Amino acid sequence: MPSKGADLVIETLKEEGVEVIFGLPGGAIMEVYDALYRDGGIKHILARHEQGAGHMAEGYARATGKVGVAMTTSGPGATNIVTPIADAYMDSVPIVVLTGQVPTHMIGNDAFQEVDIVGITRPITKHSFLVRNIDELPLIIRKAFYIARTGRPGPVLVDIPKDVTQQMTEARIPSLDEVRRALPGYKPHVEGNVQQIRKAVQLMLSARKPVLYVGGGAVNAEAQEELVELAELLKIPVTTTTQGKGAFPENHPLSLRMLGMHGTYYANMAVYNSDLLIAVGARFDDRVTGKIDEFAPDAKIVHIDIDPASISKNIVVDIPIVGDVKIVLRKILNELKRRNAKLLHPEDREKWLEQIEKWKKLHPLTYKNSRKVIKPQFVIEQIYEVTGGEAIIVPGVGQHQMWAAMFYRYSFPRQFLSSGGLGTMGFGLPAGIGAKVGRPDREVFVIDGDGSFVMTMQEIVTAVQYRIPVRVAIINNAYLGMVRQWQELFYDKRYSEVDLEVQPDFVALAEAMGAVGFRAEKPSEVKEILREALRVEDRPVVMDFVVDREENVLPMVPPGKSYRDMIVEDGRGTEAETMYLVG
Amino acid sequence: MADTIGSADLTVARAPRFRQTRKGQVRKHIINVKVRNEIGVLARVATLIAGKGYNIESLSVGETHEPGVSRMTIEVVGDDIVIDQVVKQLRKLIDTLKVKDITDVPHVERELLLIKVHTPTSRARDEVLRIVEIFRGKIIDVSPETYTVEVTGDEDKINAILELLKPFGIKEMARTGKVAMRRDLFVEESPGE
Repeated sequence: MPSKGADLVIETLKEEGVEVIFGLPGGAIMEVYDALYRDGGIKHILARHEQGAGHMAEGYARATGKVGVAMTTSGPGATNIVTPIADAYMDSVPIVVLTGQVPTHMIGNDAFQEVDIVGITRPITKHSFLVRNIDELPLIIRKAFYIARTGRPGPVLVDIPKDVTQQMTEARIPSLDEVRRALPGYKPHVEGNVQQIRKAVQLMLSARKPVLYVGGGAVNAEAQEELVELAELLKIPVTTTTQGKGAFPENHPLSLRMLGMHGTYYANMAVYNSDLLIAVGARFDDRVTGKIDEFAPDAKIVHIDIDPASISKNIVVDIPIVGDVKIVLRKILNELKRRNAKLLHPEDREKWLEQIEKWKKLHPLTYKNSRKVIKPQFVIEQIYEVTGGEAIIVPGVGQHQMWAAMFYRYSFPRQFLSSGGLGTMGFGLPAGIGAKVGRPDREVFVIDGDGSFVMTMQEIVTAVQYRIPVRVAIINNAYLGMVRQWQELFYDKRYSEVDLEVQPDFVALAEAMGAVGFRAEKPSEVKEILREALRVEDRPVVMDFVVDREENVLPMVPPGKSYRDMIVEDGRGTEAETMYLVG
Repeated sequence: MADTIGSADLTVARAPRFRQTRKGQVRKHIINVKVRNEIGVLARVATLIAGKGYNIESLSVGETHEPGVSRMTIEVVGDDIVIDQVVKQLRKLIDTLKVKDITDVPHVERELLLIKVHTPTSRARDEVLRIVEIFRGKIIDVSPETYTVEVTGDEDKINAILELLKPFGIKEMARTGKVAMRRDLFVEESPGE
């Protein structure tokens, strides 16, 4: 029996196991929305802005590992979701975005709400499709999901003209085998080269000062178990990127926590002084490496990554291994066991771990607390305490994001969901909503900045409508804080356009939107408010934490500088002196 | 307490093994790309190369003997590292089937030139005819004022005939860009040569 294009879209999504769509309807996508209504089998979250829908799909995907789905209409609906697509592309997040398009005979005519979204998103999608023929529709949608979730995951866009959704077809939903056969140019390498793996193992055994540097690829591959086993077996300390957080538990004695621009002193020192760096699903981003020719200058580098194009892109590596991180790590472990391998220099490895302990004691992550004003770091610590370290944390972008990365300890993968590569302010709230939809069993805390929050705050209404109890902690310093910090440090305190002099009354705003609002202005109020917030079960909570305005994120490696130029303590005030560490 | 880059056993040295050594030579590369003939595939390839900040010197594309499969020959100038990136990124495209930088492997290459030369006098016509014969080209269109010439060859040959025809006055010209193919059989040059 022939079926209608729009119905086939919904059927194919169900075949892919889609439980929820985040979206906002409009003219060109109405047929699909009608099919969604008639079918009733897929939940839909109606966002208030397409950017919100996109980040929700991302948050859902980041929290669950499943493909997130967003749906919008043509024209402005499509352009509004460009930022989440770019965000998902940078952080390798599997999402499928369905956009409506004007009817095929009108394409290219500057029709109402027409935009070439396939062209616009070409450089920021893993792949994109314009469905020109109804018979190809189910195959294309299945291809989109297959491409989005396999290999290095990423966003895929499917642009569907309105007439295609209205036509009838005999085409049926293809099997996965047929999907693979229809993609002859797409075969991700997963296995890893055996010779390369042997060489890597040799290096790991002979190294005196090795460090594991773990990125988001380890989370995507679900390789936590293998990582912990390898680190413990060979006594290798582990540092993670923002995307890699939770792939190795931060409360583990071998954890160095985060590296890079706002990494810990000890992680950066360990990387700088290492003689072997094992990069696992990481891409040597400039926020990690700083000045590239002084990054781990003495180290041999092993790089395990599913994406061949990530290898030797920013840094030439010695042993590249292209493959799925989990599979490759498992092979490394098997090789070690097969050889019954022992460290070549066990006493040096002990010395190395001792040195790292010294660094940890010398400059732990710390801040000067106050009884009078709320310190942002204090709020994060309190959130850690009331949630028992078990919450999923979703920050926006800026100072608060780095504090959230530093002062909460992450122990499981997909616990810290952060816009890392693109650095999208406004990511937090909608991504947090998506995460809570995907993981209703977990406490989800959005830690946002006041600048970030106002960029997508309309989505509070969405959370109210669907009774999504996401907690939003606004670290309110009434500044675009990270820009202000850079202006303080590198522009002689010329605070150009960073003062958010007028902000909404966040408590009143929350209440106006049907959420619960709290405000804390004194440190003593923080914990009580957090406890109160955790009691709310049927709607979002917005907490306005009025914090010390000019607190800085430290340590910091100034942009383009080497780890040796790390600033570890705040230069302001009378007691402390800015300390530049020079070797 | 201006510690602590290295205690005694942790020496610090600067190893100049990154940027400085990795640039490689800037030169013209020939990249062969087999693609599935899908809508937008040319745009994807072009966007990708432009996105790396490199200019395509020439690009030719056409069908192959396999149905639905086209072949592109792309000439692009860049350093070896960047070209290596471009090749890897091209391989990542879903619609590419095979990508190969054939610059350093033995290959044959050809380009077609159409050129309309100003030939108002019989002397000019004779002269141009002679040049065209030497280059094994053809005159494919004639008017009282012009000859239109077709020549195929490698880059050197095309450039050479262009130089010879320039003095007559060129009214119009078009080059197809290179197509190139690996040689299947070749004799390795001995190291001495």
